[in-house]
Amino acid sequence: MHKRWLTTLLLAFTLGALLAPAGFAQSPVKIGVIQPLSGAVAASGNYVRMGAEIARDWINAKGGINGRKVELVIEDNKSDPKEAASAAEKLIVRDKVPAIMGAWGSSMTLAAMPKLEEYGVPMVVETSSAGNITKSGNPWIFRISPPSEMEALGLEKYVDKLGVKHADFLAVNTDWGRGAAGAFGTMLRKKGVEVDAPEFMDQAATDMNAQITKIKASGGDTLFVTTAVEQITLILKQGQEQRLTRKIITTGGSSSPSQLIKQAGAAAEGTYHIVFFMPWFPEAMPDGKLAKAFVDEWTKRGHPFEGLTEGFRGHDGIATIVEALKLAGKDDPKAVRDALWKVSFTGVNGPIKFDKDGPAGKESGQSKPSIFVVQIKDGKVALPDFMARK
Amino acid sequence: MDALLQHLVNGLVLGGTYALLGIGLTLIFGLMNLVNFAHGEFYTLGAYTTFAALTLGGSNFFLAVAAAIVVGAAAGALCERLLLAPLRDESIDTTMLVMIGLWIALQNAELLGWGGVAKSIPHPFPTAPLTLGPIGIAPLRLFVVLTAAALIVLSWLLIQRTRLGRAMRATFQDRETAALMGVRIGRIHTATFAFGSALAAAAGALLGPIFLAYPSMGDLASLKAFSVVILGGLGNLAGATAGGILLGIAEELGAGYVSSGYRDAVGFVIIILVLLFRPAGLFARAERIG
Repeated sequence: MHKRWLTTLLLAFTLGALLAPAGFAQSPVKIGVIQPLSGAVAASGNYVRMGAEIARDWINAKGGINGRKVELVIEDNKSDPKEAASAAEKLIVRDKVPAIMGAWGSSMTLAAMPKLEEYGVPMVVETSSAGNITKSGNPWIFRISPPSEMEALGLEKYVDKLGVKHADFLAVNTDWGRGAAGAFGTMLRKKGVEVDAPEFMDQAATDMNAQITKIKASGGDTLFVTTAVEQITLILKQGQEQRLTRKIITTGGSSSPSQLIKQAGAAAEGTYHIVFFMPWFPEAMPDGKLAKAFVDEWTKRGHPFEGLTEGFRGHDGIATIVEALKLAGKDDPKAVRDALWKVSFTGVNGPIKFDKDGPAGKESGQSKPSIFVVQIKDGKVALPDFMARK
Repeated sequence: MDALLQHLVNGLVLGGTYALLGIGLTLIFGLMNLVNFAHGEFYTLGAYTTFAALTLGGSNFFLAVAAAIVVGAAAGALCERLLLAPLRDESIDTTMLVMIGLWIALQNAELLGWGGVAKSIPHPFPTAPLTLGPIGIAPLRLFVVLTAAALIVLSWLLIQRTRLGRAMRATFQDRETAALMGVRIGRIHTATFAFGSALAAAAGALLGPIFLAYPSMGDLASLKAFSVVILGGLGNLAGATAGGILLGIAEELGAGYVSSGYRDAVGFVIIILVLLFRPAGLFARAERIG
């Protein structure tokens, strides 16, 4: 009795599974997402996830992709490169996603990249800045965030106005931090700025006093900081404790000035931040209406305002993949990869369109994102005087 | 020269906090012979309790620190009663696995309860540094170092000068004999674990406001605590204190004069050297046989 029941059930399941692809043409389109949802940079990863969910809901509200709903399969890389690689493999092999967005940190993205090439699945990189991501000849990589070199060039025209004559660097000891210190150093040296040997810190380090004491002794006038917002908070606080009086400029766009005002207080006063989204003045963004709508939706969902400078990345990344899926007309990884080359639209950051980057024949895609500089003044985020409003 | 003095002061302050982490663990690891991988989670618990008492309970800073110590002791006692008491006769590996499980469970519970975003713990001290010539030190850090020193002295007195302390030492030296002398072994185990955990929670409550509170903050703390215990010798309170300060200064000078990228490596190189040449710890007396 019992056994027959089980057999029937099994048969029903098997039949169901066989019929499903044909029977339900309206099955959702899956998009893989790899983000650090726990560990050292969990805050940033969760904001990107929230932005990705807004993009998904907006697209589904407008009828999805040719009538099919978008479904995000979200994996946690635990702020750890090893986990990023296994998350990529899981998304590709088990969930069979046609495209992935990820993986926040450069070291995590670099760790996931061989899997993309092995299985042939494209990944849209939404945050990572290390130059070698698009230079290493992986034709499955499409980056919408600026590599450090591009960011450095974006800052070049403001170097004189910022009055940088002698610069120091304090960067996280990862591909991102080392890459940024190198790229900004090269740009500044070309402009005749004196540049000292960069200082590094472990991603999980909480005490940066040794580095700050060393930098204090250098006699420079500007300190470039490259790391996530948690460590920037600690550096600003510890710098204040040691009376480090110097212009501070953060790079990488992950500084979340609003969070710094909240958590570092007076220590954040006067600091400059390179950002790729200005939620304080959405109307100053390339597509003011879209930017405003994104800020409103974010606030409506009760997400913290300070997360917006990360959250837009999630939106733009998913929007890019959706554009490609629409152009491809099917959820096949190779078709999506070919379609990514044809994508051209305006996201929250600005226009997204991929140029070829890296060794010939195996180029990766690199978009040219918009770059902005803001300053914390009187406990508020302001446009510096030299960045006149449009 | 000025920079060297500042590096030494930084190292001393950092080392004081390492020492506080280390003495809690040296009691549990050294005396009880329990590889406590969850030590860092009691540190995290201390930081979050302080945060909760301040922001949700609206209490004053010093009361919040005291509350964290009490909660740490209670959580330690509970954990010993529930998880470790039934395993008292098991091997060191079994309890180690249990503690690894507790570590993972607690850390994920914190992530679930508090979210991954780091919390800044408010404190009543001015942020302007106290200065003496070229050297600056934040008032909060000074408070932390002095409190840590006071806690270390109190712990030492408790272990060396009280009946409870004597009973602890007797129990972990020779359980059967201690039991025959009328020591209630079960209670001593619970008390020691609770005491060690309370010290970890105190470290979290004190360091939370200097740094930030986040779910994975205990990992680095555990790592440093184990380093300090190995440097100082198992169960050696004075050794853990000196080991903590030594590690703090070594890291600081390593970062200042060698390479800041290898800051944490400096500490581990010292530990490898100690294990190679003085495996019982830097401050161990001649080995007692039998």
